[in-house]
Amino acid sequence: MSAFLEKVISLRFEIAAVILFGIGFINLLLQKNLIKKIVGFNVMDSSVFLLLASQGYIDGRIAPILTNGITEASHYVNPIPAGLVLTGIVVSVSVSAFFLALVQRLYKHYHTVNFDEIMVLAKKKVD
Amino acid sequence: MKKNIWANFSSWVNGTAEGKDPYEISEKVQPREERKRFKLNEEQKMHLFNLQYKIVAAVVCLTVVGVLLYTLFQLPLFGDPRNPAVNEVVERYVEDGLKETGAVNMVAGMILDYRAFDTFGESSVLFLAVTSVMMLLLRDEKNISKEEDIQEAHERIIEREASDPILRYVVSLVMPCILLFGIYVVLNGHISPGGGFSGGAIMGAGFILYSAAFGTDAVSKFFNMKTFRTITSTALLCYAASKAYSFYTGANGLPTGIPLGTPGAILSSGLILVLDVCVGLVVACTMYGFYSLFAKGEI
Repeated sequence: MSAFLEKVISLRFEIAAVILFGIGFINLLLQKNLIKKIVGFNVMDSSVFLLLASQGYIDGRIAPILTNGITEASHYVNPIPAGLVLTGIVVSVSVSAFFLALVQRLYKHYHTVNFDEIMVLAKKKVD
Repeated sequence: MKKNIWANFSSWVNGTAEGKDPYEISEKVQPREERKRFKLNEEQKMHLFNLQYKIVAAVVCLTVVGVLLYTLFQLPLFGDPRNPAVNEVVERYVEDGLKETGAVNMVAGMILDYRAFDTFGESSVLFLAVTSVMMLLLRDEKNISKEEDIQEAHERIIEREASDPILRYVVSLVMPCILLFGIYVVLNGHISPGGGFSGGAIMGAGFILYSAAFGTDAVSKFFNMKTFRTITSTALLCYAASKAYSFYTGANGLPTGIPLGTPGAILSSGLILVLDVCVGLVVACTMYGFYSLFAKGEI
């Protein structure tokens, strides 16, 4: 039991990331407002970044900026997750902007951002 | 009884059986009027569907979270140096990076030298995003309506007449500092934390603040569609050209002819400074472009 608790305390950032992922996912599924759906999507993105960043950390080491001329690998944390998170942030910004532009066009056309109302209006138009 | 079965079977084989007609309508089927009672009306159906959808969504979400939590417990402990992610690639980057790229900031050295192709893709994704937002929102002869024109004219009048002196004064004080800090972060990308993406985002935020205080017309005096197009395409082409040069020389084993300089100086680390400036310009233009497109439908 104490080993399990130790593991939970040690993996607290990863567990927080998974819970955030769940919050974002349920928002994406249950919200009717399209803007709130996009907010849920962004929360999911952030949880992935938190997981990646926490995987790169190593106890007692410093950020990989090679000051004082020390070039031993055992002195610095892992720089690769930082680069991956940078890529992820850029893609997340681009995708959010595209989503929001689509929502703005939908709002101009249907005068609502409620997903159900848009579906009903679109179905009426087809009939 | 036994004989009867046999007789039935033989008559069935001979094809002379007088069984039930399979197409005969059974009388047990309920008439239509009675079944109608159980039919739900449209509203009840929607309500039932919504309830089912919510339950299924919650179950799916909880299952995903449960599977992910179970997988987490197979991971190594937080901050463990024996983590399999810390392998020979990291060792190689950190130990030889300073010699090979000349960048003190190892993350900048990694994303703009070892993995520069990936970063080029990232800048292109930003450019593509702003292009698609432009396709959706740009106000041209095909995407225009009278109501919006009236609304926009109204907003412009408000923008001009209800100016906020406190906001304008503070912005004129703060704006140069923000731009200077953005330029500092971009130019110091290889020797300190920062780089093209963060510095570009700071500069873009500065432009957004300026346009919020002085109106979009004030920004369009020095930043319009033409400058946007020129800056982003020049920066992306410059990035592609410098990386093509280093790929060509690297693949053929030629010397690049670009001095790496002393690590820690501003003019060091070869092409990384150029690439940082290109990325910073693309990001700054994109950030302001997003704001401008969403606010008034043009850059």
